[in-house]
Amino acid sequence: MKHYLALRAAVLSLFLFAVFVSAWHLATSGSGTIAQMDPEYAKLIGATASQGKSAMPGPLDVGAKIWEHLRNPFYDRGSNDKGVGIQLAYSIARVLIGYGIAVLVAIPIGFLIGMSPLMSKALDPFIQVMKPISPLAWMPLALYTIKDSSLSSIFVIFICSLWPMLINTAFGVAAVRKEWLNVARTLEVGTIRRAFTIILPAAAPTILTGMRISIGIAWLVIVAAEMLVGGTGIGYFVWNEWNNLSITNVITAILVIGVVGMVLDQMLARLTRLVTFPE
Amino acid sequence: MTDKFISIEGITRRFPAPSGGTTTVFEDLWLSMSRGEFVCIIGHSGCGKTTVLNILAGLDAPSEGTVIVDNQSIEGPSLDRAVIFQSHALLPWRSVMGNVAYAVSSRWRRYTQRQIHAQAQKFIDLVGLTGAEHKRPAELSGGMKQRVGIARALSIEPKIMLMDEPFSALDALTRGTLQDEVRRICLETGQTVFMITHDVDEAIYLADRVVLMTNGPDAVLAEMVVNPLPKERKRSDFHKHPLYYGVRNHIIDFLVSRSKSFAGEMKSSGYDRRQVPVVRPGAIEPAMVSSNGEPPQSRLAAAR
Repeated sequence: MKHYLALRAAVLSLFLFAVFVSAWHLATSGSGTIAQMDPEYAKLIGATASQGKSAMPGPLDVGAKIWEHLRNPFYDRGSNDKGVGIQLAYSIARVLIGYGIAVLVAIPIGFLIGMSPLMSKALDPFIQVMKPISPLAWMPLALYTIKDSSLSSIFVIFICSLWPMLINTAFGVAAVRKEWLNVARTLEVGTIRRAFTIILPAAAPTILTGMRISIGIAWLVIVAAEMLVGGTGIGYFVWNEWNNLSITNVITAILVIGVVGMVLDQMLARLTRLVTFPE
Repeated sequence: MTDKFISIEGITRRFPAPSGGTTTVFEDLWLSMSRGEFVCIIGHSGCGKTTVLNILAGLDAPSEGTVIVDNQSIEGPSLDRAVIFQSHALLPWRSVMGNVAYAVSSRWRRYTQRQIHAQAQKFIDLVGLTGAEHKRPAELSGGMKQRVGIARALSIEPKIMLMDEPFSALDALTRGTLQDEVRRICLETGQTVFMITHDVDEAIYLADRVVLMTNGPDAVLAEMVVNPLPKERKRSDFHKHPLYYGVRNHIIDFLVSRSKSFAGEMKSSGYDRRQVPVVRPGAIEPAMVSSNGEPPQSRLAAAR
């Protein structure tokens, strides 16, 4: 029965995809009148004006472009012409470094806040003020102090992935069932052992939910950050191709960003399932 | 009682009241237990039974007074006093074996993996869970979960077992089986047990003494009912013992009416907190005999 539902859903998905692609194809196939003019002049004004061709690329153009990128993702022909694979690698590396540092900072501090009502109250005003700040607002300050565009974007990733993890860790740790803590107390379990054998496993699902939210936000922010700082990365690639007016490349990049974001999210989702326990 | 294994000496517990000031749950409470004794405490919800148990466990501290166990005043929780929680409190991310082994490894820090496993297995077998070692608590029925809780408590070989309504969440059949097993295990191992219950029959079946607690706030231990039933009692016929209804009626009368009115009784009878009156319901209940041919219900009707 379940398989049957999955099959029907897959068929429906394919159908919707086909409808979307056909609509896209029809909308961009071009219906303008073909003007009679001097071929030299036609070349100057471009195909859109001279032959009625749509300015928006169709699915076939984008498909061809994707195929081209897939065949050769890692070429490097100078600073403004790198393969989409290289650009992605830069972005993913920045996200992983910034996110990794945020994990190392947020989880211990989250534990501290969750376990100590004093720290929780003392740090609360800072968190409340820092949390709603758009990570990109930090960019000028980061550029000014760090003086390196790549490190600045890593810092921006760090600061944006910090809060969800910090807040979820603190919440998860503070919400550990009292009876489990009482079990540890009656067994005379020490603080360190309690933190690792009771609190960590009990709070792990909440902590990983925070980590999953964070990786999603980090991947959203890296594109914007790289558009600002430029140089390398998928965000820079999008902006560069916009400046080239290569809409096929822009659409390709959008799709690639979506796929990578989904993969990152699914990895964390799988990890979350691993530590989730049924009650 | 000469051998005071556990001695609760004048403990008081006050909580800050929401309206300001303090609420006294109970005040100047005295109770002693001898080694190997099974004591049940009965009283209405909210009278402070669980608070007494938590203080005995070391999870809560009295505002005044002290508790002495085995000639030592208690300071916080201890591996000598195992607690069986009402909600079983198993760690859901660990298997049955993992839950019991966690307690064993907390008790004997230097044990090897093999020794921990052997000790845990022994108590898993004792509660009849052989074969379910690798199941997670979520895969177990309520009765099986509580068995794991019992195995965990016993596996650390405590001096005292503290049970907070361990069977109240179970169905009647499972409850009966588990009562039998707890009784068997406690008799075999000579455990000293302090147990909270709401179930009068459970108390009579298991306990050597039943402590009756009045309604809170300002609850007191009203009476100490010595169970007249022989130590060797069987589930199949303990309720046919000639003294059974005497004990049962005494306890139920207390719960139904005297638990509320006892404060008045205290003043007239010269109640001493340090010497809680000991009651031995020995006489066969007159109402049950119904010598004049009247059905026993008439006594109830007259009481209304």
